[in-house]
Amino acid sequence: MLHIINKSPFTSSSFDSCLRVADGGDVLLIEDGVYAAVGGAAEKQVREAMKQFKFHVLQADLEARGIADRVIEGINKVDYGGFVDLAAKNDNCQSWL
Amino acid sequence: MSEEGNVKKFMFVNRKAPYGTIYALESLEVVLITAAFDQDVSLAFLDDGVYQLKKGQQTKGIETKNFSPTYRALEGYDIEKLYVEKESLEARGLTEDDLLVDVTVLGRKEMGELMGQQDVVLSF
Repeated sequence: MLHIINKSPFTSSSFDSCLRVADGGDVLLIEDGVYAAVGGAAEKQVREAMKQFKFHVLQADLEARGIADRVIEGINKVDYGGFVDLAAKNDNCQSWL
Repeated sequence: MSEEGNVKKFMFVNRKAPYGTIYALESLEVVLITAAFDQDVSLAFLDDGVYQLKKGQQTKGIETKNFSPTYRALEGYDIEKLYVEKESLEARGLTEDDLLVDVTVLGRKEMGELMGQQDVVLSF
């Protein structure tokens, strides 16, 4: 399954809930969700979750927020085409609003 | 025309990241309006609001207006009191050097005291 998160890990429980409940798969961080991909923020939690999930982050949303140069190593940056590929590759997806 | 006695202390408290919601942009709009009325304006950045001041924002990819240069223009409107909460910066792995404009970094206690001194506090 593809899990899509669009909220900052600091202001919403979406990120925590996804990692707590979901049973592996792809996680795509978009919009304010991209702050979770940055070193020094939710880094420890993300590194731990990387054992279970494959993390992706939308490049355009990183650039808009000025944080494209500090993404945690091992997180895959994707463009909008990559977003579509992830949606097509997975049998289903869930947006954690 | 403003009279001396009519100047109030306004503080705008910014606690939301830019772009994901409209709050940050709307706050800037109201800040500029308030400055036009010659009021004593302070801006406070807490929680995800500190992300509004992050250097290097490039919004071409999300086809949204990049309003971050506006923070640098505030000085031209005599808005020079920008305060950032230290704890919020640290929690996000940011330092003062990551910010696109000169600010005063305050601890949570000093920030709270400053809020208490205001006549009007508007929250975004």
